[in-house]
Amino acid sequence: MLSAEQKKELEETIHAFVGKPIGPPIEARDPVNLPMVHQWCEATGDENPVYTDAEAAEKSVHGGLVAPPLMLQAWTMDGWSMHEGYDVPRNEQHRLHKILTDAGYTGVLGTDTEQSFTRYLRPGDLITAEIFIDSISEEKATGAGVGYFITTRTVYTDQDGEEVGWETFRCLKFIPKDAPPPAASQGGEPEVYTPARIKPPMGHDNAWWWQTLDEGRIEIQKCASCGELRHPPRPMCAKCRSMEWTGQAISGRGTLHTYTVIHYPQFPGYEFPILAALVDLEEGCRIVSNVVDCDPKDLEIGMALEAFIHEDEDGFKLPLFRPAK
Amino acid sequence: MPTTLKDEAAIIGIGQTKYSKNSGVSELALACEAVRNAIDDAGLEPEEVDGLVTFLMDSSDEVEVARAVGLGDLSLLSRVAYGGGAAVPLIHQAAMAVATGVAQNVVVYRALNGRSGQRMGQGVSGNVITSDLIHWSWYMPYGLLTPASWIALQATRYMHDTGTGPEAFAHVAVSTRKHAVNNPEAAFFGKPMSFEDYYASKWICEPLRLFDCCQETDGGCAIVVTSAERAKDAKHPAALVRGVSQASFDGQEQMTSFYRDDMGWLPEMELAGKIVYEQSGLGPDDVDAAILYDAFTPEVVMQTEAFGFCKKGEGGDFVKDGNLEVGGRLPNNTHGGLLSESYIHGVNGIAEGVRLIRGTSVNQPEKCDHVLVSSGVGVPTGAMILGKA
Repeated sequence: MLSAEQKKELEETIHAFVGKPIGPPIEARDPVNLPMVHQWCEATGDENPVYTDAEAAEKSVHGGLVAPPLMLQAWTMDGWSMHEGYDVPRNEQHRLHKILTDAGYTGVLGTDTEQSFTRYLRPGDLITAEIFIDSISEEKATGAGVGYFITTRTVYTDQDGEEVGWETFRCLKFIPKDAPPPAASQGGEPEVYTPARIKPPMGHDNAWWWQTLDEGRIEIQKCASCGELRHPPRPMCAKCRSMEWTGQAISGRGTLHTYTVIHYPQFPGYEFPILAALVDLEEGCRIVSNVVDCDPKDLEIGMALEAFIHEDEDGFKLPLFRPAK
Repeated sequence: MPTTLKDEAAIIGIGQTKYSKNSGVSELALACEAVRNAIDDAGLEPEEVDGLVTFLMDSSDEVEVARAVGLGDLSLLSRVAYGGGAAVPLIHQAAMAVATGVAQNVVVYRALNGRSGQRMGQGVSGNVITSDLIHWSWYMPYGLLTPASWIALQATRYMHDTGTGPEAFAHVAVSTRKHAVNNPEAAFFGKPMSFEDYYASKWICEPLRLFDCCQETDGGCAIVVTSAERAKDAKHPAALVRGVSQASFDGQEQMTSFYRDDMGWLPEMELAGKIVYEQSGLGPDDVDAAILYDAFTPEVVMQTEAFGFCKKGEGGDFVKDGNLEVGGRLPNNTHGGLLSESYIHGVNGIAEGVRLIRGTSVNQPEKCDHVLVSSGVGVPTGAMILGKA
């Protein structure tokens, strides 16, 4: 924690950056060119022919090829060399970030950007960018931690010195919540984010089921009035209209009612292919789950399965099935 | 006051936008363009429209469409839930309104940037815990996030119960593509597909391959419904709504009716058909062509059974031998369907049903007095039979 005096000093230091350019104007390495436009369009899936098809562009309102407006920032970007410079600042923006990092505001989060385009760029245009520190907020408390919002403003001009557009970019430099003390956070391996499976939203009608699972039991909802078992859980018994119910632990034994092997699309957080299954439980209900420890070719309707509680790396538990021994 | 919807309503206008993968315009713009084109096609003035019906999931509010298109006063604003299951039920709503005098001229519409905007099957999330969100929560953690995965579970069981082989699905895909090849509005216009092409396509969710699945489309489509009486003055020959239904069956869930005794069957579709047949006094033998909702090929096979074109379990044989092509027993999805024309959630199929009655389809069968049109499979759905006025 900084003392009040240290904080005052820090804020005076960082606010002195406001209004200043971060360095000399940056001239694009290459003029606006078709190869880069091609790669951009391919990466973004933009099939508008005015960017890449000279003949179609000729007939369009543009009268010739133009570059996608959103590429504005791309023409003057540093590329790979951008990864350097945070330990040894190469410009005033880096120096500003380092001052905050050294004061414990180690986190950085891009929050939003705004762009304005004066005209379409055409192949051959040579773009220059000049970046200013536009503003720095008061210290704010955010979900990520306390920090300062820093806004930079970039003005883009062409070979004639005419403005062709501008952009603002805002980021948050913050003290991460529950961050280890600065000494411990240095030198270690950076933490890698591993995407996880989609979690069930929890409401009155389903949270209990996941909670009992978390406690190590797979239960099926049972009407307290007539004893009917039902799954997925619902607030009322469709047989006797009772709203009273309990949970009944299941044996975990069942048979495969139907299945699909999911290949595509492959969302993050899941291992593919997924063996998705609808299982007839011994107790008489059906439940959707996955079959694991099984070759997809060995899936067969009617095969015997047994349930177990699986725990993901992030601690989330769910019942899965495997071929019965 | 009529006590049945038999022959009470008629479709007098159809309108659509260009179908594409990237419209470059808002969904509201697509809705307005489709609605305007449908009104023009009907020969109406915008201020003569007094009802609007759309999908619950449509992003273009009725009043926004009305303001933009310059419609006047409205006396019916209605929406139908359950995705593609809403297509024919839009006509059901409109037919009830014109039959009872609630409205005179109702436009139903659906417009979506289904490829460039919000795509299907990206999972469901939100901060407000609804019954719908809880419903999906039983499937999302297991990677069952896409319509293809839900339908695949049913298709596997259907194949197991009936002995139907994968070639049945291939026949649906190939026959539908044949129709699209002739349709300039279709995504696959001029792009034929062989059985080899079909079998070479990648797995999505077994037993579904890529070409068993419909497309994602940006576009809009709108339909004008009026009373059978007023339809006599329309610009084009009207398509009379001989019968129309909405149906949900015991054990119904949204795409996951996995808990019924018989999973290899479409009871909601059978019910939708039963209501329409009873209402119209017509039967499967009276139907000359069909627009069977084809988000996935197994749905078409199963619907041929549910609507009584063949016996239970025999859909796989029925769809072979060119039966679904022009000249066959039941020319189906003559525009190319959701598989090969575009995915406007089934409303584009209603437009094709009208063209078949008008005699203006690009794949027009010689005799076409009655067309059966169905809606989304695996959800509360609906069906109708269109006929000549």
